[in-house]
Amino acid sequence: MAGTPEVRGASLRELAAGIVARKWKSRDLVDAYLDRIKRLDEKLGCFLLLDEAGARKAADAIDRKVAAGESLGPLAGVPIGLKDIFVTRGLETTAGSKILKGFIPPYESTASGRLAAAGAINLGKINMDEFAMGSSNENSAYKPVHNPWDLERVPGGSSGGSAAAVAASLCAGTLGTDTGGSIRQPASLCGIVGMKPTYGRVSRYGVIAFASSLDHPGPFGRTVEDAAALLEVIAGHDPMDSTSIPQPAGNYVKACSAGIAGMRIGMPKEYFQSGMDPEIEAAVRAAIDELGRAGAKVVPVSLPHTEYAIATYYLICTAEASSNLARYDGVRYGHRTAEAASLEELYAKTRGEGFGKEPKRRIILGTYVLRAGYYEAYYGKALRVRRLIADDFSAAFGECDVLVTPTSPTPAFKLGERAADPLQMYLADIYTVAPPLAGVPALSQCCGFTRSGLPIGLQTIGPALGEEAVFRVAGAYQARTDWHKRLPQDVP
Amino acid sequence: MTDVKQSKYEAVIGLEVHVQLATQTKIFSISSAAFGASPNEHTDPVCLGLPGALPVLNRAAVESAVRLGLACGCHIRPRCRFARKHYFYPDLPKGFQISQYDEPLCEGGAVTFRLNGEVRQIRLTRIHMEDDAGKNIHDASGVSFVDYNRAGVPLCEIVSEPDIRSADEAAEYLRAIRTLVRYLGISDGNMEEGSLRCDANVSIRLRGETKLGTKAELKNINSFKNVRDAIEHEIARQTVLLDRGERVVQETRLWDPDRGISASMRSKEQAHDYRYFPEPDLPPVAVDEAWLARARAALPELPEARHARYLGIGLSVQDASVLVSERSIGDYFEAALKAAPAHPKKIANWLINEVLGRVDDPRTLMAAEVPVPPTALAELVDLVEKGTLSGKLAKDVFGRMWTEKRRAGDIVAAESVSLVSDTSIIEEACKRVVERSPDEVARFRGGNAKLMGFFVGNVMKETGGKANPKTVNEILRKLLG
Repeated sequence: MAGTPEVRGASLRELAAGIVARKWKSRDLVDAYLDRIKRLDEKLGCFLLLDEAGARKAADAIDRKVAAGESLGPLAGVPIGLKDIFVTRGLETTAGSKILKGFIPPYESTASGRLAAAGAINLGKINMDEFAMGSSNENSAYKPVHNPWDLERVPGGSSGGSAAAVAASLCAGTLGTDTGGSIRQPASLCGIVGMKPTYGRVSRYGVIAFASSLDHPGPFGRTVEDAAALLEVIAGHDPMDSTSIPQPAGNYVKACSAGIAGMRIGMPKEYFQSGMDPEIEAAVRAAIDELGRAGAKVVPVSLPHTEYAIATYYLICTAEASSNLARYDGVRYGHRTAEAASLEELYAKTRGEGFGKEPKRRIILGTYVLRAGYYEAYYGKALRVRRLIADDFSAAFGECDVLVTPTSPTPAFKLGERAADPLQMYLADIYTVAPPLAGVPALSQCCGFTRSGLPIGLQTIGPALGEEAVFRVAGAYQARTDWHKRLPQDVP
Repeated sequence: MTDVKQSKYEAVIGLEVHVQLATQTKIFSISSAAFGASPNEHTDPVCLGLPGALPVLNRAAVESAVRLGLACGCHIRPRCRFARKHYFYPDLPKGFQISQYDEPLCEGGAVTFRLNGEVRQIRLTRIHMEDDAGKNIHDASGVSFVDYNRAGVPLCEIVSEPDIRSADEAAEYLRAIRTLVRYLGISDGNMEEGSLRCDANVSIRLRGETKLGTKAELKNINSFKNVRDAIEHEIARQTVLLDRGERVVQETRLWDPDRGISASMRSKEQAHDYRYFPEPDLPPVAVDEAWLARARAALPELPEARHARYLGIGLSVQDASVLVSERSIGDYFEAALKAAPAHPKKIANWLINEVLGRVDDPRTLMAAEVPVPPTALAELVDLVEKGTLSGKLAKDVFGRMWTEKRRAGDIVAAESVSLVSDTSIIEEACKRVVERSPDEVARFRGGNAKLMGFFVGNVMKETGGKANPKTVNEILRKLLG
């Protein structure tokens, strides 16, 4: 019964359907992806850990279920990958940091647990910027990730490995996390779909915290339907996360084909200022025209506090990071320095050796902004501006159903190009930081390529719990364009 | 020690009391909050601070804290929230404690108690919720271990205003909190096991002065004796400094109970900057009016109210104090009183003098295994008051009730230990004694009234101690008259 599937360029949903239809076995998919990973990933650097034995075992179990005619989960047999920020029971989880080297969690993140329960096969743990801090994946403590469209360029970050793995067809879909753009920006730079849902829509339980009030787990897929299918599985209330929204997941796949006739698409003027990269501006404007032709009405809107978003974001995320990273002290798990004469030295050396530059930079900044006497001037003020930014979105969604903007101000840049200038790196988030501050859902999909062949991303932002509206727009755009069908060359 | 009453200085003391709440599970996770398991047995990813683990608030802990707040007359905030308090220590798994900072659950209120019979009221600043830390264990070889069983056990921190004026008052305040939390059933208040802990802020000032002096914070004072000793020592230490014209330095001092002295732990300059900020993993906690009304309705009668009621039914201040000192003592008293409502003072006497002396822990008084339950005590008191048993006989009967777990009525009926009130039997016995004691009869009639005791004693011997002494007296007087 089983044929050999061509997984390069395949969508997660067609692979899943093929298993149900007995066109191929899960084991064949796993073997095909593992083969690609072995041929291609040395140059790409996506995987930190491959769980070949575990994946084959899980695939065989699915195949037995298929053979026995048992009921299957919606993602049965489909190979996926997890950003190494999702804790996995029995599988080393490092968050891209040396300080967690050797950490084998005795528990499972809710999102990865739901994927497994839906029948998805985890191939392994995927490279990322250390503790999700970065926009290029160059901050991984282990190795950089290379962009499949141009190996000299970055895939974006912090979920750079998750985006590159899908773009290079190393697995059918992945999970990442987005704190200031860490799903959408790499999705943009790698030419695939990345979805950051509403805050609280996907449980953060078992997702290693960077900035708790901003961390959003979400999916990557080759198509908007793939991302929607993954989100349907991982979304929904989780009693283990007190900030989880007590509502069931929506019908996101269905929304992708619902059409957008009569929808109002807002163009926030602050996202289309002069000085934009002309190729990106042209591609995004063309995409908006396309949405107009699909029956949507384009309206100008304003998000007046946009210019404060980056400053606000970096105050809040560094403050929370300095707190969340306090637990890595070498006492209970992870890296511990070899020799320490005192408790203070144990802390200083363990953390000095274990953390890379970017986490250290953010711990120091965050510690500074939370100092007694400075709280109001920095963190307190940032919280108030955050409220204003959220109010901007609420007001805008009074006038339109979704917002459409560029995802990244530039296409993929070269490795090393910005590594020496953290401020320049922080500006890579300029179009992506505001939605997480407001907690609203946003998706990036490919809307064209530069002359040099690099993908350009289109960002669609919806109101809180407006994932369906976002998928409607993204689905309608995808239906009218072919960008998502372009594949990078395999470079073995 | 300095006699504070005579001193020209007045002590100003505020206490920070930590109460461990006796919930089934921890405040933010599912592990047992019970004391005494083998190290790290009661742990889970949340209380160990493993990466990605998230706190989920235990509603039972909030219920307990609300009860405590209501019992102290605090304002319960309709919306409170948690904050992270940061410092590094191996027993603190997350690198921060989840506490409350600018929006605590309870504000204001007071703890009321009696000091030497006089009612005292210490105002509270606040009561907030937080998670406990683990425990460092230092091996003799220099190796340290950490036991996280305690990490995440729910705590209420009760912060008082600086209303306390002496070491005795501080100890009594602490005792009142222990009594209160036991009344409320929210904690066992056991200082030895650390479920009740205390830090003290102590300063002194010249009498009549209204400005506060510079305070020192005392730590490691985890017994009533340590609280008293450490505060007295601190008052004396500061008195010496001020008398010498020196200044008290604001600092944290560690009490050494073995040596009876304190030593500086850290100065104000070395004080931690806790970098508080609102806990992003926990939404604010809402306590609505309906919740408060339910909690209020479920409050037991509190010690001070009981005390006042006991004075009203004729008990002495001392007896009332003993009866309210532990909820179960009062509960025992109430149950016995219900069965013998006419005799509150007698029940109190028997309870205090006989029952309490025979139990190791008064908290077990209402347990089913107690050999003399309240109704049995009431029955015994009734028998005495009816004249069936003399006081002496009743004590013997009580002893047998306790050891044999039998009711007084059973013992009396089965072994005819009751007093003989049948006058004919007593009269026979009296006659026999009078007949065989002609000398004593003559001396008695000659005016030696003391000899009445001799006759009564002999009649009691004749009747095996069962004669009603009152009847014996009457008959003897008739015979000898």
